[in-house]
Amino acid sequence: MTQSDQSSYITDEPRRMTGAEMVWEALLHEGVDIIFGHPGGAILPTYDALSAHEEGGRIHHVLVRHEQCAAHMADGYARSTGKVGVCIATSGPAATNLVTGLATAQMDSVPIVAITGQVPTTLLGSDAFQESDVVGVTQPVCKHNYLVTDVNDLPQIMKEAFYIAREGRPGVVLVDICKDVQNDSGLFRYDYEIDLPGFEPYPEVDESAVAAAAQAINQAERPLIIAGHGVQLAGVSEQLRELAEKAELPVVTTLLGAGDLPESHPLSLGMAGMHGEAFANRAIQSCDVLIAMGMRFDDRITGSLDRFAKQATIIHFELDKAEVGKNIVPDIPVIGDLAKTLPDLLPQVNERKHQIWLQELKEWRDDTTQTDIINFEVDELIPPYVIRQLWHSTKDVKEGAIVVTDVGQHQMWESQYYIHDHVGQLLTSGGLGTMGYALPAAIGAQMANPGRLVWAVAGDGGFQMTLQELAVLKQERDLPVKIAIINNGFLGMVRQWQQLFYGKRYTGTPILAPDFVKLADAYGIPGLVVTKPEEVAAALEQANNTPGPFLIDFRVKEDVNVYPMVAPGSAVDDLIRRPKPVVVQGYSGIEPSW
Amino acid sequence: MKYTLVAWMRDKPGVLNRVSGMMRRRNFNIDSLQVGHSETEGISRMTFVVDGDDRMVDQVIKQLRKVVDVTRVVDISDRPAVIREMALVRVATTPQTRPEIVQVVNIYRGDIVDVAMDSMVVQIVGSEDRVDSLIDLLSHFGIQEMVRTGRVALLRGATGKRTKRSTAVWKAQASNGHHAEKEAQKA
Repeated sequence: MTQSDQSSYITDEPRRMTGAEMVWEALLHEGVDIIFGHPGGAILPTYDALSAHEEGGRIHHVLVRHEQCAAHMADGYARSTGKVGVCIATSGPAATNLVTGLATAQMDSVPIVAITGQVPTTLLGSDAFQESDVVGVTQPVCKHNYLVTDVNDLPQIMKEAFYIAREGRPGVVLVDICKDVQNDSGLFRYDYEIDLPGFEPYPEVDESAVAAAAQAINQAERPLIIAGHGVQLAGVSEQLRELAEKAELPVVTTLLGAGDLPESHPLSLGMAGMHGEAFANRAIQSCDVLIAMGMRFDDRITGSLDRFAKQATIIHFELDKAEVGKNIVPDIPVIGDLAKTLPDLLPQVNERKHQIWLQELKEWRDDTTQTDIINFEVDELIPPYVIRQLWHSTKDVKEGAIVVTDVGQHQMWESQYYIHDHVGQLLTSGGLGTMGYALPAAIGAQMANPGRLVWAVAGDGGFQMTLQELAVLKQERDLPVKIAIINNGFLGMVRQWQQLFYGKRYTGTPILAPDFVKLADAYGIPGLVVTKPEEVAAALEQANNTPGPFLIDFRVKEDVNVYPMVAPGSAVDDLIRRPKPVVVQGYSGIEPSW
Repeated sequence: MKYTLVAWMRDKPGVLNRVSGMMRRRNFNIDSLQVGHSETEGISRMTFVVDGDDRMVDQVIKQLRKVVDVTRVVDISDRPAVIREMALVRVATTPQTRPEIVQVVNIYRGDIVDVAMDSMVVQIVGSEDRVDSLIDLLSHFGIQEMVRTGRVALLRGATGKRTKRSTAVWKAQASNGHHAEKEAQKA
């Protein structure tokens, strides 16, 4: 489907049609070309009205195997394009299945419109078959939601839904449409003026706050930027780079901020927080001005709030007013869209150097290199090595590969050992930490970016939560998502916590997995098992060069932990370092990143 | 400290649920919540009494403003306002106690709105304190049943210069809170 197929179809003429037809009409007006969903009773009229658009090549529907994954796919689609992702499901259990995926997207500010069918208005509240209070259930995980009980409200609600999901800090909007509304007819028009007096997507920028921020930055001797997802959402990674280079400001990022500044850039210190490098966290605890941009001081970043950057003047650039002062009270709040505040700030910041500060950071970084786990000879297959090899095999791909991680140890290793040089190339569930995210989100990202290389990296635990979506790879004409399973036979991150904090009592963490390669084979997807370090590079190359999907089951050493680690409740510089490596003479391993 | 907030919202099904759900989810402590029509058709008005500190109330206000159906939120805690509460109290009476109760109610400028053989219903409108103290007195006679509305509040006319609360909070905190603490540490 192409935009031209759509644009030749769309007309502004008000027309009579059914509610079901209105749904698609609205989606076409919003430029939606791919949706992810699963049909069922209460949404059937809408699915019926889809057939004309599918045949006309205007909208492509991806059939999921579980509704949670419809939301994750829409999420992957949205994160990798910046457009609103759309998922669709029926009432009752389908809608409740969506909840995890919606909550995942909402926590990470991902724009999604979810459409659900609902029992007819006449049955509402009667505990009818497949009825659930979807608006009630999803309210806490949505930016806004609607129950549509009159067909005449539907076009305006659809338009508002997209507007609210997309504008300001993005989020999830759910539209629950009663079945009789889908069957009823009404007049469709889409030229509504949005009138939402209670919705302020872009608060006015206080120029004096920007000036105060510039002044603080100009006076700083040990400045540090901490950049988050907001930089990517506002599309200002270029300006961030300009700012960092102009005033020589080192940059740490949050997990979702990976790639805000290319990680191979000399001013990049990589990720901070619970599994951030020691020098990145130490930089936070030693800077005199901390410039937070588009991030929300999540507890995984701050560790103990009472001991977080106490020495620093904190500047907080943030679009969502409610995030300012929620966890950390900044000295200089700069509320507003980064797309406005950052360009405003740039000319007010002086060009200068911070030689002493950068030298100090370099020394800390060199110190970390000494203990880096991949500096010593790898005779067993350890996960960091796999990740680094994945980076080697994909680093020269144009625009970078899209890497979608699941949740757990492999997710943290990916953040540490994959060098994110492209903004937005890492998709991961940062806020909610949803296991099972990787495969469906990778499918969404691949559907949205047919020409790009997409890797899903998952643990053996998380992968088993959504592996039924392998069928989608096949059904979508061999969608070329590559899958790396970091298989250690454990729910590794939980095992790590049990080892460190729960007396090594490994309750419920040893996990049996199927033979993933055979499983892939059952779906008609090729795969490989890798057990030795020397097989890694060739396997990755084979995956990259195989058209269509490919799965690699990396049988890694089971008891490797993610370090450094800030124990929950500790200050971010009070961390458990990597164990001292065994230095092997003549080792000619891969170059460390720092 | 107790704060009085007034919020205006679109009069749509489920709005009360959105607001109260957010309050519960964010672990905010509501003392009372009163909702009714405002002067504008289609807009309801809610009065909250929230127990907490400056920072929490700042969050309550901001989170309320994020609810799409909420059109406006004002903190009137430190602004001149008329704040009232109404209570209806059915108090047990005997021929001996009845005159005394009537006397007490008159002193408080309450009304007796219903009289039965062994009870009467007292209506009191006033500040929370006044309502509290009348109820205290009436409790000596035996309260059978009682209902209170919770605070409702209206700003007085033509107040002077207005400051936006959230900025005021920032300025206050920046000047003597967080920042001062750091300054002290530096010194």
